[in-house]
Amino acid sequence: MSSPLTLSEEQELLRETARELVQAKSPLKEMRRLRDARDADGFSRALWKEAAELGWAGIPFAEEHGGAGLGYAELGIVLEELGRTLAPTPMLSSVVLAGSAVQLAGSAAQRGELLRGICDGSRILAFAHQEAPRFAPYRIAMRAQQTASGWRLDGEKIFVLDGHVADTLVVVARVSGGSNDREGLALFLVPATQKGVGIARTTLIDGRNAAQLVLSGVEIGGDAALGAPGTAAAVLDAVLDRGAAALAAEMMGGIQEAFERTLAYLKARDQFGVKIGSFQALKHRAADWFCELELTRGIVLEALRALDAGAKDAPRLVAAAKARASDTFILSGEEGIQLHGGIGMTDEEDIGLFLKRARAAEQTLGDAGYHRERFARLGGY
Amino acid sequence: MADLEAFRAEARAWLEANCPTEMRRPLQAGESFVFGGRSEKFETPGSELWLERMVAKGWTAPTWPTEYGGAGLAPAEARALAQEMRALRCRTPLSSFGITMLAPVILEFGSEEQKRRFLPPTARGEIRWCQGYSEPGSGSDLASLQCAAVRDGDEYVVNGQKIWTSDAHFSDWIFCLVRTNKSGPKHDGISFLLIDMDQPGVKATPIVLISGASDFCQTFFDNVRVPVANRIGAENTGWTIAKRLLQHEREMLSEGGGSYQERKKRSLSEWARERLGAGPGALPDAEIRDRIARVEIDQLAFNASLRRSTESAKAGRGPGPETSMFKLVVSELSKRRADVRVRLAGVQGLGWEGEGFDENDLEATRIWLASRAESIAGGTSEIQKNIIAKRVLGLPD
Repeated sequence: MSSPLTLSEEQELLRETARELVQAKSPLKEMRRLRDARDADGFSRALWKEAAELGWAGIPFAEEHGGAGLGYAELGIVLEELGRTLAPTPMLSSVVLAGSAVQLAGSAAQRGELLRGICDGSRILAFAHQEAPRFAPYRIAMRAQQTASGWRLDGEKIFVLDGHVADTLVVVARVSGGSNDREGLALFLVPATQKGVGIARTTLIDGRNAAQLVLSGVEIGGDAALGAPGTAAAVLDAVLDRGAAALAAEMMGGIQEAFERTLAYLKARDQFGVKIGSFQALKHRAADWFCELELTRGIVLEALRALDAGAKDAPRLVAAAKARASDTFILSGEEGIQLHGGIGMTDEEDIGLFLKRARAAEQTLGDAGYHRERFARLGGY
Repeated sequence: MADLEAFRAEARAWLEANCPTEMRRPLQAGESFVFGGRSEKFETPGSELWLERMVAKGWTAPTWPTEYGGAGLAPAEARALAQEMRALRCRTPLSSFGITMLAPVILEFGSEEQKRRFLPPTARGEIRWCQGYSEPGSGSDLASLQCAAVRDGDEYVVNGQKIWTSDAHFSDWIFCLVRTNKSGPKHDGISFLLIDMDQPGVKATPIVLISGASDFCQTFFDNVRVPVANRIGAENTGWTIAKRLLQHEREMLSEGGGSYQERKKRSLSEWARERLGAGPGALPDAEIRDRIARVEIDQLAFNASLRRSTESAKAGRGPGPETSMFKLVVSELSKRRADVRVRLAGVQGLGWEGEGFDENDLEATRIWLASRAESIAGGTSEIQKNIIAKRVLGLPD
C-alpha cells in the first residue's frame, strides 16, 4: 500500500504552525520590502532564525545531526506555506540542495560539521551547479585538478541560489570527461572566503538571490571533496530530484495563492453591472485552472511521498511533478494577470509577483520540457 | 486493520478458488462483458458460473445490505475486494448501470417495498437497466425535458421520447425522468419513474454513430402505463434524485478511467516504438514523444488526485461536486490518449474495415471516434465546468 496523500494529524499541525508564522512574519509585503530596499541579504534573517528554531531547516535530516528526522512530505508542507507569500528563504539552496549533497556524499566528519549548522540556521551553504542558461545537469566545464595538497578549481557558475550569502559553496566540478558526460563529476566544499573565489550577486525578476561565481585557481585541501571525485553523478541526480520536488511543493503554494486571489477578484469586481465571475467565459477559465491545480497537487504530493519511501519510481514522479508544477505555475501567473485585467499589470497589485516567481521557479532545476523529456527517458522511451 | 487484512486474505483465497480461468484474462476480440437481463447470452460457461458464484457471495453489490442482495461490506472492505480482484485480474462478473447508478438512489430515496422489489434482482443480474434522461430537445438543458407522465388513477400514462439511451434495445427496464407538471419552474415538475420495457408502446431504435457502433438508442413511449408504485421519491421531486444519480454516474465514469479501452493492453510508448519502427532508447519523433509524456504525466496526476479524494472522503459519504472535476479530466484525457494512438498508426489508422489493416489499428480508430462521446455523455465538459464554477468555486450566477 502506498502512503496516504492526505495529511496526518501531525502534518496538519505543522501546516497550521507554518501558516501562522509565515503569515505573521513574512507576508507578501515583506518580500516587497526586501526587494524595494535592495536588502543586502535578500531574505529575512530574523524569519530564518525563527524557522530554524522551529526545526524547519532540519526537517529532512537525522536527529543525530540536529535534524527532525522527518521527510519531504513534511518539508513540502512548510515550503508550500512559504510559497504562498513568495517568502525568500535559503530553504532550497542551503537545506535541500547543499544539505542533501552533504547528507548523501559527505564523510561522517563532514556531515557532523556541516549539517548541524544548516539545521540550526547558523550556516548557509549554496549549491554551485549550473553553467549554461538552459538547465543541463551534466554540462559541467568547471575543472578540478589534483595538486600535491588537494585540488585546484577553475571555472564559472551561474544562477547559484543564495550564493552571495553562503559561507560555503558546494561546487560541482569535473575531474575527467567531456562537457556533457555524466562520468567524471565531483563535488567540493569551497569556503566563500577562499582566495580566488569571486561572487557577484545578480538581481532577478522575482527578487530572489542568485549569484555568478568565478573560481580562479582556487586551492582546496583533499578533505574538501564530498565523496570520491569522479563519481558524483548519482549523488547529483539525487540532490537535483530532491531540489525539484521541494521546489514543486513551494510552487504549489504560489499556484494556490494566485488562484485564490484571482477567484476572490472574480467575485468582487463589477463590470456591466454584475460580478465578472458570473460570466461563463471566465467561469470556464477558472474551472480549467482549478483542475490543473488539483492535478498538480496530486502529483506533487505523490512525488514527495515517493522520495520519502525511497521508491524506485521516485525520479520519474519527481520529473512529472516538476513538469506539471512548472506549467501550472506559469498558467496561474498568466491567468492571474489576465483575469485581473489592467490592474494586474501594475506593480502595486500583487498578482504580477506570482507570474515573475513562476517564470523563475519554472527555469530553476529544469523547466517543463526538460522534465517531460526526462520523464520519457526514465520510462524507457 | 487486522480484521481488514484478514478479510483481504479470505477474499483473495476465495477469488483464487472460485474465479474461472477464462474470467481471469482481459476481454478478447469479439468478447463482451456480462450485462445480465433477459438478453444475456453468456458467451462462455465460465461467465455464467462466475456471476452465479459472485451473486451467492453478495459481491456483485458488496456494500449493499444483505437483505437487498449485497454482502453488507464496509467501504474499506469493498475497496480491498476490488483491489484483490484487480490484482488477480478477475473480470467484473456483471457490468450494470443498475448497480452503479440506479441502486444508490433507490437506497437513498426509495421505499422499503421498492428496495426489496428492485435491488435483489438487480444484484443478481436479472434486470438490465438503461437510463432515460436526455431527449432530442433536452441535452445539456436536461431539466427542460418534455416526456410526459399523466396521472390516471394508480397509474401514469407516459408519452414522449428519450435519446442516447445506452443499450436500450437490450435492456429490460429503464429508469426515466418524466414531466409530471408542466406549469411552474422546470426543475420542480419532474418525477423519477421505473418503467418495464417489455410492454406495448415501448420501442427502442439503435442510432448509428460516427464510430459505426450503435450503443445508443432512441426510445419511444406511446401511451405506456406505469404503476405509481414505480415512482422513486415524491411526485415532482425527481430532479434532486436525477442530480444525485448523475453524481454517481460521474463517479463511475471517473473510476473507469475512460469508457473506451483497447483490448490489447499496451502503453502508448510501446505502440509508438512499433509503429515508428524504432529501436531501444529515446523515440526518434520528439513531438510524438512529448505528446505521450504529457498524456502519461497527466494520467499519473489524475490517479494521484483520485486517490487523494477517495482517502479524504469520509466513509459512507456520497460523492461530492469534485466528481465533476474527475469526470471532466478523465474524459478529456481519454480522448487525448485515443488521439495519440491513432496518430501513431499514420495512414494505417485511416482504415474503416476489411483487408489491408492491422486489427489493432482498426480498433484504435473506432475507439478514437467513439471516445469523442466521452466529453459529451454524462454531462458535457462545459456543463462540468459550470458545476465546478458554481458548486466548488462558488462563482455567482
